[in-house]
Order: sequence, then structure tokens, then C-alpha cells
Amino acid sequence: MIRLWSLPRQSLACQQAVELVTDYLEGTLSPAQRRRFEAHLAHCPDCPEYLAQMRAIVALARNITSDDLTPHMRTEFISLYRQWRADEARDTQA
Amino acid sequence: MPEDPDSELVSRLRAGDEGAFAELAGKYQGAMLSMARGYVPSGAVAEEVVQDTWIGVLRGIDRFERRSSFRTWLFRILVNRAISAGVRERRSVPVDDMGPVVDASCFDAGGSWRVPPEPWADQVDDKVIATKIAARILAAIDELPLQQREVVTLRDVQGLSSEEACAVLDISHTNQRVLLHRGRSKLRQVIESEFGRTR
Repeated sequence: MIRLWSLPRQSLACQQAVELVTDYLEGTLSPAQRRRFEAHLAHCPDCPEYLAQMRAIVALARNITSDDLTPHMRTEFISLYRQWRADEARDTQA
Repeated sequence: MPEDPDSELVSRLRAGDEGAFAELAGKYQGAMLSMARGYVPSGAVAEEVVQDTWIGVLRGIDRFERRSSFRTWLFRILVNRAISAGVRERRSVPVDDMGPVVDASCFDAGGSWRVPPEPWADQVDDKVIATKIAARILAAIDELPLQQREVVTLRDVQGLSSEEACAVLDISHTNQRVLLHRGRSKLRQVIESEFGRTR
């Protein structure tokens, strides 16, 4: 079991800080928690790197998606669309 | 509700523009396949689920009322079809995956780093390395437990808001944040172990 809240209120330990990173990035920390988190970052030699890594993960994941379809996939989707239109037209006529 | 980023494509699709359909498909196909694979036993079944979802989109697009974003609606259809086709049941966050996101042995008794994170974040300014790391992240996302993979895919890969992700997956905001935190933390660990430099 981790002793998350056993330290004095003012000082956030690194072990606590890493558990708050996502809430910090999501903007869901209370103002008081946010101040404690930022105060910790300001004097900790290592947690800023941890936070930078989490930010980098998010930024890189966002850039993974490519909106470019290969020509082959594009052809497949266009024929799926046309097939569906043809089926619809037939069903309407029937 | 913020503006739907697919608003224009949806209008074009409704007007019968097949190119708009192909554009939407290009945008979401990869994430849909990755999500569907979490529910069904094989890649082939996942492809069927995704294709079935696209047919559902074509059938339903005229009735889509834009009360949610298109992508929320799309992924909802996908998840529902994947559940119908799948063999795995949705579960809440497994209790055995609730430990600390960084191993306790990395900290001293006072909770300070004993084994600090090995630096790599500055390397992403180098485009070549960034591309390598991004590729590794993509592979590592597929190795995450189902629910973490879903949340990370929707939030970080697809850029959905937390509200949208909760609506797609029918989970609470708290649960969503826990899953996102655990998923992202695992990805960080994978990248650190492969790209971090010992100082």
C-alpha cells in the first residue's frame, strides 16, 4: 500500500506528485492541490522531467493519426459507399 | 457543446458526397479497428465490426441529430456492435491494476525519487527520434489492457474530450481519468525503458 497522504500537508512528495500528473494535465485538481503540485515542481530536480515525459506522450500520440487514406483503401470505401447506395435504391424499389 | 470538428464532412455525406465518406473513413478507420480488436477474438471479426459500423453510419446519418459530436456517435455505434459481436464482457477497472503507476522501489522512504526518471523528453524535438517514439507509442497502446487502450485511443490518439470519451464508453469521469492516468503512465514507462538515458 502506498502512503499517499501520510506526509505533511505542505510538502508533496515525488511519489504523490506522479499520481497527480494526469489530474494536473486535465485541470481537475482543486486550486489548493494545484498550488502544492506546482510548488513541488518548482523545487524538485526530477519531477519536471516526469511531467515533460507525460506531456510528450500525449503530444506524440496525437500526431500518430494520419488522415491520409491509401489509394487502395479509398477505392474500397468508395465501393462500399456505392454498394450501399445501390442496395438502398433496390430496397426502395422493391 | 464545442463545435463538431466533422460538421462539414457530415453535411457533405448527407448530401451524398462519397468523397466525404472516404475522408471520414480515413480519419477514424485505424482507431476503430484498434478498439474493435479489444472486444472480438480475431482481426477478421474486428474488420467485420468496423465495416458493419460504417454501414450503420450510412443508414443512420440522416437521422443523426448532432446532439453529440459525430465521432462520439460513431464510436458509440462501434462499441455497441463490438459488444454484440464480441466474447469479452466489459468490466470495471480490475482491482489488480490499482497499484502505483511508478514502482514503489523507485522512491525512498520519504517518497522522493531514489531512481529518478531517465531523461528523454528533450529528444522529441528531433523529428527522426520523435517519429520513432511515436511508432513505439502506437505499438504500446495496443498492449494496454482493453479499457486503458480505449480511453487512450479516444483521448490521446483521436483527441476526443473527456466528456466525449465518457459518453462513448459509458463510464464516469473519475473512472475515465483513472484509466487515462494508468494508460499514459504505462506508455511513459515503455518509452523510458527504450529511449531513456541513464544519467
